[in-house]
Amino acid sequence: MSLCDLSAGTLWRKLQSGEVTAVAATTDYLNAITQFDGQVAAFLHVDRDTALAQATNLDAKRSRGEPVGLMAGLPVAIKDVLCIKGEPTTCGSKMLQNFRPPYDAHVIEKLRAADAVLLGHTNMDEFAMGSSSENSAYQVTHNPWDLSRTPGGSSSGSAAAVAARMAPVSLGSDTGGSIRQPAGLCGIVGMKPTYGRVSRYGLIAYASSLDQVGPFSTDVTAAAALLEAIAGHDPRDSTSVNQPVPSYTSTLDQPLQGLKIGVAKEFFAEGLDAEIEQAVRTAIDVYRGLGADVREVSLPHSKYSIATYYLIAPSEASSNLSRYDGVHYGHRTESATSLNEMYAASRGEAFGPEVKRRIMLGTYALSSGYYDQYYVKALRVRRLIREDFDKAFADVDIIAGPVTPTAAFKIGEKSDNPLGMYLADVYTISANLAGIPGISVPCGFTPAGLPIGLQLLAAPFQEERLLRAARMYERETDWVTRKPALA
Amino acid sequence: MVSDGANNTMAFPRETVLKVASLARLQLTPEEVDLFATQLGATLDYVARLDELDVSNVEPMVHAIELTNVLRDDVLVPSLPRHDAVANAPKTDGKYFLVPAILES
Repeated sequence: MSLCDLSAGTLWRKLQSGEVTAVAATTDYLNAITQFDGQVAAFLHVDRDTALAQATNLDAKRSRGEPVGLMAGLPVAIKDVLCIKGEPTTCGSKMLQNFRPPYDAHVIEKLRAADAVLLGHTNMDEFAMGSSSENSAYQVTHNPWDLSRTPGGSSSGSAAAVAARMAPVSLGSDTGGSIRQPAGLCGIVGMKPTYGRVSRYGLIAYASSLDQVGPFSTDVTAAAALLEAIAGHDPRDSTSVNQPVPSYTSTLDQPLQGLKIGVAKEFFAEGLDAEIEQAVRTAIDVYRGLGADVREVSLPHSKYSIATYYLIAPSEASSNLSRYDGVHYGHRTESATSLNEMYAASRGEAFGPEVKRRIMLGTYALSSGYYDQYYVKALRVRRLIREDFDKAFADVDIIAGPVTPTAAFKIGEKSDNPLGMYLADVYTISANLAGIPGISVPCGFTPAGLPIGLQLLAAPFQEERLLRAARMYERETDWVTRKPALA
Repeated sequence: MVSDGANNTMAFPRETVLKVASLARLQLTPEEVDLFATQLGATLDYVARLDELDVSNVEPMVHAIELTNVLRDDVLVPSLPRHDAVANAPKTDGKYFLVPAILES
């Protein structure tokens, strides 16, 4: 039996107890990558020797009787948006094709300190802009459940790698749903923490007021462990919040008494596929069966969330991506003679179409004469969206609903229709605007055999409650034991 | 429901595309100019739904965690060594970033 057949949480506990060595786990996962990644195309860069060296060192440390960190040798795949010192880090863009960061992201430092094994970098939509991996400058990632379909995005490779059992856990980033949407489409667990819970230092910036790093896992237990390992204050990110990190893993299996679940009627409106709705309502019934009080809540401004997001995120992106000037790092054109030509040609040559669209949209929304009409207006609506959640969470502990309106769509189906692609994020985007945590948990399959996700949302810094609620559902069902035929 | 971007609404004419591209220091091909005129026009049509709301009395929300004045002690800490700082530069002499002439001769 391969160790890849164990759920991530089971493997993690066996690594912690010493029943399984880090070298054995890493070897099995590296073999799975060799076996399956030709079909899935989840990884951009796998550093086998470095991964095995980390595992060997950890096992030696354990055999010397030294204490072992929280991750205990669990292999982790890393989205290519996170800087790993000296390793290629491209952000899915030609702009950073030759970039090797001079430092580790904060979450990478935390993973090293917690004795994780880093498997390599995973594919993504360029600069995290997209919902399908089709905006990657390098490759299209395939959904392990149906290779003709997308795994979602932008953390496409991190989700597909876990779904195909090429990694037990991985890190992604979520700006408008880029962890929860691919987790839902790939039938795995994916979590976006509260804004500020995890440091963004070394996370290549897309939209800084929305970006947050978070875990993917085959089950809730290892997602909790991974979040516990990466969360915490970092003075190098001034928006990182200085609050203690609870031990999520030690309370995870305690069910929540008197749990109040809100069902937002706006998340079950026009556009939601009937098969998704049915699976999500059945999941909510599981909570009812566990004694939860389920009541309707309203998020009246959620219908404005996509419009709000597609003004704020491109505005921040246009500012953030101005750093790619062909001077300090990244691509420089061969053809220009003047400085201005050099800027424009370097950027024009190396950015893909979606990145250009968002830079254009953001530059327009921030430009003289339009700033108040577009950018500031969106910021005002953002507050209304946040206030809707504040009111709802005065009444309930958790809001439950779908992650996506449909199951995984075909590769190519939406690639000529940017606005149609944006609408795939309809249920995930508002959590980023409000800054609240959310988790996607597998809750069934369509008749065609495609995974369906349940989204749970909670008030800021209620990750512990969110994970416990997710775990309550997971214990009652066996969705996490399902894996694609390919794996 | 939503325009699929197939019809050009002229909300984003070519001249605007060119002006914004110039502000963004972004060279576009003629095909991209035409494509973006259509697609960005459709996106602006979509975001116009925000005009349904009167938000004149709502304060803009810039950040999810509304912090002010995050300060640190004013002490020197090590920064990136020069060699590492220029290591990723497309053109460098090992000490400086090299750029095309900034001033016309």
